[in-house]
Amino acid sequence: MNIVVCVKQTPDTAATVTVEDGIVSWGDSPLVLNPWDEYAVEEALRIREAHSGQVTALSLGPEAAMEALKLALAMGCDQAILINDPGLTDADPLVVSQILAAGINKIGEVDLVLFGRGSVDNDTGITGPQVARRLNWPVLSLVAAITSLDPEGRTIAVERMLDEGRQLVRSPLPAAVSVVKGINEPRYPSFMGIRKASRAEIPVWSTSDVGLDEAPTPAMTWPEVFAPPKVETECEMIEGETSEEVATRLADRLIEEKVI
Amino acid sequence: MANKIFVYIDHFNGQALPASWEAVGVARTLADHFSSVVTAVVLGYEVEGLANLSIEYGADRVLMGDDPELKDYRPEPFAEMVSQLTTEAEILVLPTTSRTRELAGMVAVDLETGMAPDVITFEIDGDAVLATRPIYAGKLLTKVVCREKRPQIITLRTRAFPKPEPDSGRSGEVIRVEVVMGEVVTEVTGYTESEAGVSLADAAIIVSGGRGVSSNPKLTPPDEITDEKEQEMWRAQQGFALVRQLAETLGAAMGASRAAVDAGYIPYPHQVGQTGKVVSPDLYVACGISGAIQHLAGMRTSKVIVAINKDSEAPIFKLARFGVAGDLFDIVPAFTRALKERLGK
Ligand SMILES: Cc1cc2nc3c(=O)[nH]c(=O)nc-3n(C[C@H](O)[C@H](O)[C@H](O)COP(=O)(O)OP(=O)(O)OC[C@H]3O[C@@H](n4cnc5c(N)ncnc54)[C@H](O)[C@@H]3O)c2cc1C
Ligand SMILES: Nc1ncnc2c1ncn2[C@@H]1O[C@H](COP(=O)(O)O)[C@@H](O)[C@H]1O
Repeated sequence: MNIVVCVKQTPDTAATVTVEDGIVSWGDSPLVLNPWDEYAVEEALRIREAHSGQVTALSLGPEAAMEALKLALAMGCDQAILINDPGLTDADPLVVSQILAAGINKIGEVDLVLFGRGSVDNDTGITGPQVARRLNWPVLSLVAAITSLDPEGRTIAVERMLDEGRQLVRSPLPAAVSVVKGINEPRYPSFMGIRKASRAEIPVWSTSDVGLDEAPTPAMTWPEVFAPPKVETECEMIEGETSEEVATRLADRLIEEKVI
Repeated sequence: MANKIFVYIDHFNGQALPASWEAVGVARTLADHFSSVVTAVVLGYEVEGLANLSIEYGADRVLMGDDPELKDYRPEPFAEMVSQLTTEAEILVLPTTSRTRELAGMVAVDLETGMAPDVITFEIDGDAVLATRPIYAGKLLTKVVCREKRPQIITLRTRAFPKPEPDSGRSGEVIRVEVVMGEVVTEVTGYTESEAGVSLADAAIIVSGGRGVSSNPKLTPPDEITDEKEQEMWRAQQGFALVRQLAETLGAAMGASRAAVDAGYIPYPHQVGQTGKVVSPDLYVACGISGAIQHLAGMRTSKVIVAINKDSEAPIFKLARFGVAGDLFDIVPAFTRALKERLGK
């Protein structure tokens, strides 16, 4: 199995994110491998362990995103590739999907591409489906379990987590899959893995390297980024002599305020 | 803009998600602004009822693809149909659900246009929709706009817009469209029931439990349970039973923190937060939840938050409208009793 896993570097979920003059910052909080993508990397490694093959971590991002790729390598990916181009600073999902699809085509002979369910910064959750559409491959998104995978028969069967329950789907390979939490428990990088990753040479591809003459033009722009208005909630603490009294008061206040 | 405002009706087995009607309401607002009409797109099998309902909720015409091939939702044929039907659209509005997020993204690729998911509010700027959506798990908001490419595609966050009142007197036209699509290579082989029971996204009231729900010191597990982890699970079961009774009394859906999910007290579909579901109910009751930033990311836009926590310093109280600093094992059952009495149940 030749597997590509698309990963992104994001701020830590515990970071306090602020914006000033349109510039977003997260203080000295670390940048991490997008938490959702850890599940995708883990799943790729498990598939390789079961069926042999190789796993390539692919990221589009700034030079700093090397760190996220190194983490993917330390977890056990065989190789990593960074796509970086000054023309891509304003990339919207449409552009990102085009570049990633071109990168996957350049890697060539790929059987399966894995994605996280979303990135914790943009949180659009559409990169996987958009890349699949560009590759003209079936997409299986929100996958909570891969129930069977047959590299020779070229099929995959999965359980997708819809709002109403799980949908069981079978698809031919190649296919694109986005995974949700619960599909696995991501491993920690091993000491050997970390050492190997720190020495790894990560190739950097430009847009022309992936076969595009110039960076595609985004369809979307972001005229404004701002902090949500502060909701002034003064917490009204409900007190009383006994639990019964507190509970009754709480119920009464909710009824008075027409909450229930 | 004649016939230029389109809305997609998401449904499961012919049952529309409430968010679909919220989307029709937004499409109606846009159409009224632009003196246009609302065209609803309904795809599935035996969906005539849905087509008619779309008109009751505010559509003027419905493009209905009704075909056994469309019985099960699959992204490829659905995206292909939507793309075919909306090439002339100026604006395409969808609810945000587990199906439409990918669907809208794929249609955006087909039509080489922009798409903004999870829109919570918007303004109109000329003929462009300037949409606001949360980023960084709601820590920031961004305005996004697609100036040149058409259609502009937005998917609306569930419960961010009001659901219109259906009007059975409204009239409109249902147009059957021919279902033509390429070979579909994927096959739906079945479904398993939802683990969450009530859909969290649509719930008006959510009662959630956290790690605190397993920590009742007054409860002693039966003698035959000697394993520490099993004792903890036993405690958690007793605790979640109390939370469930409160949820049932309020007609609420059950939520949970990640700590509760990771410990195995309750399955993952109940998880609220940055790596769980983002919810926006009228009332959110947090029991034994500390209020970590990743949990708040999933429920901060709830209209009223009630926190029950024995630690009066817990961060959850900073967001709560009403708080009880106390032991949830006393407060939750007492609250359930008080509600039963007040609500006459
Ligand atoms: C990448 C990442 C993503 C994450 N995503 C999510 C997410 O989506 N959702 C989420 O919830 N978390 C998420 N987390 C985890 C989050 O950081 C917290 O660890 C988690 O929310 C804590 O859950 P809790 O409040 O139930 O537990 P705790 O923080 O342990 O809090 C338990 C609370 O219960 C109270 N308590 C104990 N006993 C009682 C009692 N008898 N009566 C009343 N109160 C009592 C305590 O005072 C305490 O405040 C994420 C973390 C990371 C790193
Ligand atoms: N710049 C990127 N480089 C590589 N993969 C990405 C990038 N952006 C998003 N992805 C992948 O797409 C998934 C969904 O991201 P998003 O659509 O941004 O929410 C992520 O979990 C990643 O797997």
